[in-house]
Order: sequence, then structure tokens, then C-alpha cells
Amino acid sequence: MSEIQLEIDGRAVRVEEGTTILAAARKLGIAIPTLCDHDGLEPYGACRLCIVEVDSGGPASRRSRVAASCVAPAEAGAVVRTRTEKLDRFRRTLLELELARAPDSPRLQELAREHGARRDHFDGDASFCIHCGLCVRYCAEVKQLHAVGFIDRGIRKEISFLPEIAGRECEACKECFPLCPTSYLQAAYVLMRSFVVPSRMK
Amino acid sequence: MSLLERVDAIIDRHGAEPSALIQVLLELQGELHWLPREALARVGERLVVPQSRIQRIATFYKAFSLVPKGRHEIHVCMGTACHVRGAGRVLDKVKELTGIAPGETDLELKFSLETVNCLGCCALGPVMEIDGKTHGKLGAEGAATVLESYE
Ligand code: SF4
Ligand code: FES
Ligand code: FES
Repeated sequence: MSEIQLEIDGRAVRVEEGTTILAAARKLGIAIPTLCDHDGLEPYGACRLCIVEVDSGGPASRRSRVAASCVAPAEAGAVVRTRTEKLDRFRRTLLELELARAPDSPRLQELAREHGARRDHFDGDASFCIHCGLCVRYCAEVKQLHAVGFIDRGIRKEISFLPEIAGRECEACKECFPLCPTSYLQAAYVLMRSFVVPSRMK
Repeated sequence: MSLLERVDAIIDRHGAEPSALIQVLLELQGELHWLPREALARVGERLVVPQSRIQRIATFYKAFSLVPKGRHEIHVCMGTACHVRGAGRVLDKVKELTGIAPGETDLELKFSLETVNCLGCCALGPVMEIDGKTHGKLGAEGAATVLESYE
């Protein structure tokens, strides 16, 4: 594999072809906020918090776009900006949408403080899950158990444990709990177990 | 044929590959009018697809149902063109005669009722589709006559 060079926030960096922009930025010690990215899991590109502005292409076909750095591969000769007024605005809105879903998440509140996002900008029923997919992907990719998945779509999309598998496996694992940025998972699991194993209900 | 034999026959037709999943589910839905749990378990086993993915897909597309549907699926159009021409009266009549509301199935599993937002033949409005067959220019009376023709 060959190396390519690009520029991130005015600094040059060389990385292997196929490296994501996020990984290239980390190599330079530049922090890009992320929510759904996780070492050891396939990039997913759900939260869009890691957006960057990218100028790429040859002189004749130069174009500028906003890309999710956790899934966008670094391109030779690209110029990337991780902090701009436009990106901050986008991130703020993304966080405000997520806060409508999970207003009490410490992780979201911390990010909101950094970005000046307001907790009550959008009305919405708190459903706690922001669809980052960390629990689902971890269970599928790392544990290969597929005990938890997404069901339904749009505003009704939610995680759901498959009782047959969860009843057998989750008690001894629970490794997905600490991954959840909103702690919804814990509640959902407890709820599920309460009807799979009624005797445990307090 | 038992349920699982029917499932197997469908899978054999499409090949037991993960990529055949949606085709298999569509055909199962068409034959059984819903996707019973045992059928989905068999599909997962034979196509080597995790149940979590099957559930995700089966709950994503409106074409699939995880609860039994009636032998006949009624779609009453509530799109703008049909609406202004009195789709409300058609729907009311259908509700009255079948005893079910949109999203429901009657106890004899004869009819399931849904509303849709345009069937693409507005000039025929008000339109109601049953099992894919279009019935146009309906009023309350017409809807009743159409319903009577279904066993
Ligand atoms: S439950 Fe938590 S970890 Fe799982 S998808 Fe929702 S927000 Fe992400
Ligand atoms: S971290 Fe890139 S989209 Fe979530
Ligand atoms: S509005 Fe009913 S068919 Fe178009």
C-alpha cells in the first residue's frame, strides 16, 4: 500500500492509502468530536458529529464538501478543515437534535457545553436512544452474538433484544452497557429481562 | 404441506444465500400473509443470517407483517385527489362493513385494512385497492358492492 499526503488544519500528514480522515487527524493529535466511532468496530457514520470540510480533486475539478471523517478516506492532496464556523453550526444542530432524544446524557451534555448547543432547542419525546449503533454493532461484530438489533424505522426506530439470545447470553456479558452514550441500553435490558424472567422483578 | 416445508420450498427456489433474504421474505409474506416466528427462525438458519437482521428488515418495510393479516388486503387511498372526491366516505363505509380500522385485521382473518397516500391513478379517485386490484370512482355504495364480491 502506498502512502499519501494531505493537509489537515494547515498541517501536512502522510498516511497509508485507505486511512480515514479521522485517523489521519488523530495522527497529528487533532481531536475531532465523535459519538458513534469506536476502536475495534467498523466505521458506521451515524452521528455525523465528526464532520469536516474537505477540498479535494485536481486543479480542474477542485470541489469542497462536508464529509463524516470517520468513514471518509483521506485523499492525496486534500485540504481538510476540522473547525470552521459552518461545522460548528452543523455540530450544534446535530447535538441539539440528539439532546431532544436523550436530554440527560452526560456525554451529550459535555459535548453540548463545548459547542454551545441548547438542551431544549427541539421539542421531542425523550426516547434515550440516539441510534449510534454502538451496542448493536458491538454485539454483532465483537461478540458475534446478535442479541440486540434495531427494529422499525424513522422516528420509531429503536433497539430490541432478542429474548431467545439475550436470555442466554446477556447476563454474563453486558459489555455493551458502558458503550452507550445515553445509558438507554441499560434501561432497555432491564425492561426486557423483567418479562423474560418475571421472578426477578422487584 | 407443513409450514416449514413451505418455507423450505421457497428458500430452495431462491437459493439459501444471505442475499436472497428479502426475496424469500417477500414470497413468504405473499403466501402466508404474515411472517410467523418459526418461519423466520428457519429462514435465519438456512440463509445463515442473524435473527436480529431479519427482525430489522421485517420491521423496516411496510410490505412485511409480524402479525397475521387477512386473506384480502384493502388499501383505501386518502391522497389529496381521492380525499377531495370523498375518500372519507369510502373509508367510513369500509370501516363500517368490515368492523376494522386502518392497521387492523378482522378476527376471521378475512380483511386487513390500510390507508395509503396515493395509488398513482388519481383520475380514478376515490380509489381502493384490494389484493393489488384497483377499484375506482367509488362512493360509499360502490365500495360496499366491491367488498361483497370478496369471499
Ligand atoms: S441504545 Fe445506546 S448504544 Fe445502543 S444504539 Fe441507542 S444510543 Fe447507541
Ligand atoms: S463518529 Fe463519524 S459519524 Fe459518528
Ligand atoms: S390520490 Fe388517490 S390515487 Fe392519487
